[in-house]
Amino acid sequence: MPIRAQQPDVSVVTLTIDGQDLSARADETIIEVCRENKIPIPSLCWMDGLSVVGACRLCVVEVDGGPRLQAACATRVREGMSVQTNTDKLQRYRRTLVELLFAERNHVCAVCVSNGHCELQWLAQTCGVDHVRMPYRNTGYNVDSSHEMFRIDHNRCVLCTRCVRVCDEIEGAHTWDVMGRGSGCQVVTDLAKPWGESDSCTSCGKCVQVCPTGALVKQGTSVGEMVKDQQFLSILARRRSSR
Amino acid sequence: MNLDDLEDLAAKYRADAGDHDTEVRVCLAASCQSSGAQPVFDALSAGCDDGAAAAPCKVKGVGCMGLCSAGPLVAVAAPEAALEAGVIYRDVSAADAPDILASTAPGAAPVERLRCPSDMPFFARQHKIVLQNAGIVDPNSFRGYVMAGGYAAMVQALTEMTAQDVINEVTASGLRGRGGGGYPTGLKWSTVAKMPAGQKYVICNADEGDPGAFMDRAILESDPHRVLEGMAIAAYAIGANKGYIYVRAEYPLAVERLKTAIRKAKRSGFLGNHICETQFNFDVEIRLGAGAFVCGEETALMASIEGGRGQPRPRPPYPAEYGLWGSPTLINNVETYANIAPIVSQGGDWFAGIGTDKSKGTKVFALAGTIVNTGLIEVDMGTRLRDIIFAIGGGIPDGRAFKAVQTGGPSGGCVPEAHLDMPVDYDSLKTLGTMMGSGGMIVMDETANMVDVARFFMEFCMDESCGKCVPCRAGTQQMHGLLERIAKAEASRADLELLEELCDVVQATSLCGLGQTAPNPVLSTLRYFRHEYEEKLG
Amino acid sequence: MSSGNNKVTVATTWLDGCSGCHMSFLDMDERLVDLAAQIDIVYSPFVDAKTLPEQVDLGILEGSVSSDEDLHKAREFRARCKVLLSLGDCAVNGNVPAMRNPFKLDAVIERAYRENVDLNPQIPTEGVPRLLATVRPVHGVVDVDIFVPGCPPQADAIHYVLTELIAGRTPDPSQVTRFGA
Repeated sequence: MPIRAQQPDVSVVTLTIDGQDLSARADETIIEVCRENKIPIPSLCWMDGLSVVGACRLCVVEVDGGPRLQAACATRVREGMSVQTNTDKLQRYRRTLVELLFAERNHVCAVCVSNGHCELQWLAQTCGVDHVRMPYRNTGYNVDSSHEMFRIDHNRCVLCTRCVRVCDEIEGAHTWDVMGRGSGCQVVTDLAKPWGESDSCTSCGKCVQVCPTGALVKQGTSVGEMVKDQQFLSILARRRSSR
Repeated sequence: MNLDDLEDLAAKYRADAGDHDTEVRVCLAASCQSSGAQPVFDALSAGCDDGAAAAPCKVKGVGCMGLCSAGPLVAVAAPEAALEAGVIYRDVSAADAPDILASTAPGAAPVERLRCPSDMPFFARQHKIVLQNAGIVDPNSFRGYVMAGGYAAMVQALTEMTAQDVINEVTASGLRGRGGGGYPTGLKWSTVAKMPAGQKYVICNADEGDPGAFMDRAILESDPHRVLEGMAIAAYAIGANKGYIYVRAEYPLAVERLKTAIRKAKRSGFLGNHICETQFNFDVEIRLGAGAFVCGEETALMASIEGGRGQPRPRPPYPAEYGLWGSPTLINNVETYANIAPIVSQGGDWFAGIGTDKSKGTKVFALAGTIVNTGLIEVDMGTRLRDIIFAIGGGIPDGRAFKAVQTGGPSGGCVPEAHLDMPVDYDSLKTLGTMMGSGGMIVMDETANMVDVARFFMEFCMDESCGKCVPCRAGTQQMHGLLERIAKAEASRADLELLEELCDVVQATSLCGLGQTAPNPVLSTLRYFRHEYEEKLG
Repeated sequence: MSSGNNKVTVATTWLDGCSGCHMSFLDMDERLVDLAAQIDIVYSPFVDAKTLPEQVDLGILEGSVSSDEDLHKAREFRARCKVLLSLGDCAVNGNVPAMRNPFKLDAVIERAYRENVDLNPQIPTEGVPRLLATVRPVHGVVDVDIFVPGCPPQADAIHYVLTELIAGRTPDPSQVTRFGA
């Protein structure tokens, strides 16, 4: 269920983020204000132009010194709010979350078409993950190359569901969805049919562009060649909302 | 219809029910049925019809009498009399039917070989508000409920009280949510009531899924109208006209009885349009859960009702503001709704006089594990754990020693012997590192291995994680792996440290309550039984 | 970080890896000359020494732990080296050698030595170490102090890490390298 502002709120609030005094529109979320002001908060599932799911938990921040952490993507700004985005504790949590993602599936960066252009790889570096302390799960996943233009490698999927949302909310096809639960979750096309046999897929490729890792890629790319262009999304989203 | 009309209706029903001094009640709730109550009921009914009974009597299928471990249970009592006022028989078989029917003759002695003393602490020390009708009324009978004083609170609310009056009573009662969180019910109601008028919903959360918990099932199987009445009163108070009961499909008997109750209440004008000839409309639908534990989480539950994947979403916005299909929604647990009718009838102040300072009223607990009296009990908030386990529960069987009691299901923790004198309420359990939860209590004796206990609950959480957020999906999986290694004595001290760190991360960063509380069984066993972990380290 | 003669003693070896990290080490080119003044390579594929000394200041392991022999080497390095460094993705996260982990070991051997072999297929048993069921990074079997990811880590990254260590500081390799770099 997407959370959207019921109506645009044009009033302005002031808040502090990491000690910096900032102003924001009242209908903005913490992460939007951070992005505008170049305050780096790691995130994976959040994407400008898509609905908010608050699933990766990498953007958790401390609000008003309270014990309960809040996802910056799912928390609206408030007048007088005080946000800490980068305490030692938060850094430790983020490091562990990234490690959990690496241990969960088989992200072998060295032989990935997205090597060098991958958000997960970049997150590991910026969060200081130079090794993964927990044992790797070592479960093998399928690679579906049945689509004539694209490929999905579930070994590299982080279940951010950007593909699911862009397909549903922007393209309007809803080819992608999630099946299973817990560690058994997997994104699927149609009712878990091979992608190439999907009746609903329009082959627009938006899912490939928004995918943060090398899970959704173009066919025919080799190691490090898959560079994604995500500019289209915010442009599309802005044009649509202004209508 | 006003209260007098309702009383007239009850009197008419009583007259229709015919003349009998005694009724033979057979528990037909799920646990007695599983130990063979249906043949007992059939034999008693057949015997009664054949005139084997010595006096005018009636055989009646009823709901849960509580002492599930002694089922099938049969009680012989005056119509509508309390359970303790009658004679209770345990472990009854169909062959016992003639003797039981014979004992109903005036002056005849009870069947001593089957007798279960009704003055035993298990019965005597309970205080029944929620379970007032359980084991007494026939859950399939709308008339039975009305004869027991049912729907009086709803009629009173609709005809004599404003919505605000109802909310005031609930607020004054100090009732807190019985699903586990303990959020003040009155506050929740008034929040939804204050939302602008328009489409609003009332939801009853009957997706009881904690291992060892069966309170909600028993309430629904024993007294479904009580829950419907509570929901209708809630709908009136907040201005809703539509309700959903989200109940797990694994409770077929509860679903069947709810369906019957809804159908009969509608037919009699106690649900539907113009309820009891007032302007109030309220319709209830049942939605079946497909067995996902996470659907007990309110936002996941609503997503499931809407037909989506049963996954939670970040809060706020809370359901009170943005709930089912975006409308303001009140969502309460079965037991919470079951408390509403008595609160409205007898007043919030009456209810507030029961229990402790911050936790009012009674609480239903399901006693399970290695305990003599397995079953369902209802006691005042603030009753000591020791009284629950040893006096009411009868202690540990086979002369073994008590080790710990697990409360709050997979979100809770284990309480050791040293803390048994703690009065049970929301806040005291929290200080012990566990929680009230929905009311499951699993008692463990000295042979229990606490690492195994933690591993069991972690496996449960891992299997039940919806997979949406990273810490819960991947974290529970890693924690379970570490617990497996510790249990097999293959782990190092570094593994234990990593386990503790993962507990912290999963607790602090998970999206919903399932993940946030998943580490609790590990943390609480580490707190009280750390040596059992350390003994296994390499 | 040195012992006795003011030179830091360094031992290196490769486990299940491609030797690319060692090649990258050599890619430090002229900087090796300066390094040679500060470190003494006492055991390595680079030098002729055949036995690992009892006491070494810095041990550098390339490759993942895939066989009995890898396990033995990793444990020996840990026991004898004051500081143990995992060099490259295979040592740090298993990398390509670990891609066999989702499969059963028998199936992997069958595939490699029978199914894909045209001439005289046979599974080698003599003179080769026994493979472990699961390929693990070095820190999966022994404690590791410094992690330098990369496939391979660039010569600059290795140079940075070594000079920091020689100077007695704790390097932060994430400044200069990353998984797959």
